[in-house]
Amino acid sequence: MKKMKLFGVVGGVLLASAAFFLTSSDQVDAPGVASTSSDIADLYAFEGDDPNNTVLIATLQGPLTPGDVTENAAFDEDVMIQFNIDNDGDFIEDLVIQAIKRDDSMYVFGPVVPTATGLVGQVETSGTMRQVKISTSDDVQITSEDGVSIFAGPRRDGFFFDSNRFNDVISGTAAPEGFLPPEEASDFFEDLNVLAVSIELPNSLLGTAPTHAAVAEGLFPEGSLPDAYNIWVTTKRKQ
Amino acid sequence: MKTYKLPIYILTVCAALTFVACGSDDDNIIEQVTCDDGIQNGDETGIDCGGTECEPCVTALDFSGDFVQEDASGRPGINTIFNDNDEDKNLFNVTIHADKGLFAQKFEDRLEFYHDIYAESLEIDPATFNYETNILGLDAANFTSLLANTDALQVAPNATTTYYDGTNVLTGRTINDDVMDVTLTLMFGGTSGTRFDGNNDTPQLTSDGVDFGDRSIGAFPYLEAPNSL
Repeated sequence: MKKMKLFGVVGGVLLASAAFFLTSSDQVDAPGVASTSSDIADLYAFEGDDPNNTVLIATLQGPLTPGDVTENAAFDEDVMIQFNIDNDGDFIEDLVIQAIKRDDSMYVFGPVVPTATGLVGQVETSGTMRQVKISTSDDVQITSEDGVSIFAGPRRDGFFFDSNRFNDVISGTAAPEGFLPPEEASDFFEDLNVLAVSIELPNSLLGTAPTHAAVAEGLFPEGSLPDAYNIWVTTKRKQ
Repeated sequence: MKTYKLPIYILTVCAALTFVACGSDDDNIIEQVTCDDGIQNGDETGIDCGGTECEPCVTALDFSGDFVQEDASGRPGINTIFNDNDEDKNLFNVTIHADKGLFAQKFEDRLEFYHDIYAESLEIDPATFNYETNILGLDAANFTSLLANTDALQVAPNATTTYYDGTNVLTGRTINDDVMDVTLTLMFGGTSGTRFDGNNDTPQLTSDGVDFGDRSIGAFPYLEAPNSL
């Protein structure tokens, strides 16, 4: 137990340091991307209002305070936002949807089979290209074509969490109570914004869904979970 | 017949000049602009492209080059909660998803470490304050293996989307899913889901006490308009 306690003391210092920077569910998770234009805040993926569609939303660069910070926030032309879809359960992207800014618009390519997988990629210009003018707070622009809708611009941060109290809990300073009751807890993100890219598209464009990963891993019984795409988002910067 | 040709030419030129003269001052000429007339006109920013009426000028845009990964996100909060130092946090973001299982043991160590931290702050022997198999029936090794090996949203195209709603689990993530309460419950809730829920003199570790609040989900793009001052 001595070893464990020593680890605890050392780790506690690291923990307090890391916790100080915690702001969102993924955002500022690592110093390498903290406060950069490639910093991902959240990924949402869900059935659309049309049950035949899937919606993919990536949020970036949060949290943005309202006013000038939000109005001046901009997507980076050197940063490609890539939704990765795994169709066979090997966690290697079989299809990608890429979004990248040029001038006043967001250009979206795919879904398309990528020419390369992994850490280095290119904009897959052979994929179907769609374009939407980047929205502002007052000017919402949506492009809908062939059943595919796209949007890019500032939005209210959908992530909710008492992250300040979380920092206290994991550092031990909130003991013995832990988290606060609802009437005392505070949602850190309630009044903050993010830059968002939203894409809604028919499931028919996403290929087949493999056996659910938790079933494939042997952690859930066969047939207990529905087949499901594995989807994650990455940001890649032009070299 | 030759004698008539010159006057006819003159009349034709005059008529053409008259038309142009009228047309140059007439807004109607804008309506004659098309995106396939082979010239840059109207508010086109290139030949038959750009502006309000035509497709964007794709050929003028440069999408070339190699792009190198800087950040990645699958399930919410995993890197923040389960990696304990800057080096690992950075590494996790630039590790391909097929290799993220390499982090499973570190995640399990971290899970136990959180329990030790809290035990020490409560002056309880850390040996008696350990992770307990969670509501999904996953022990520490299996839980952290799942988190590391399958760090993506599993999105079921033909099922209700929920991160976890008490019945369905891991079929995607909606905007109003309380993903942090789910994560905390899976970490600290034990087999019942209520192990450390603030009742019976236990610490509240399974819910942060905040929910979707006054947010709403509209039509596409689903997220609300940004907060204003």
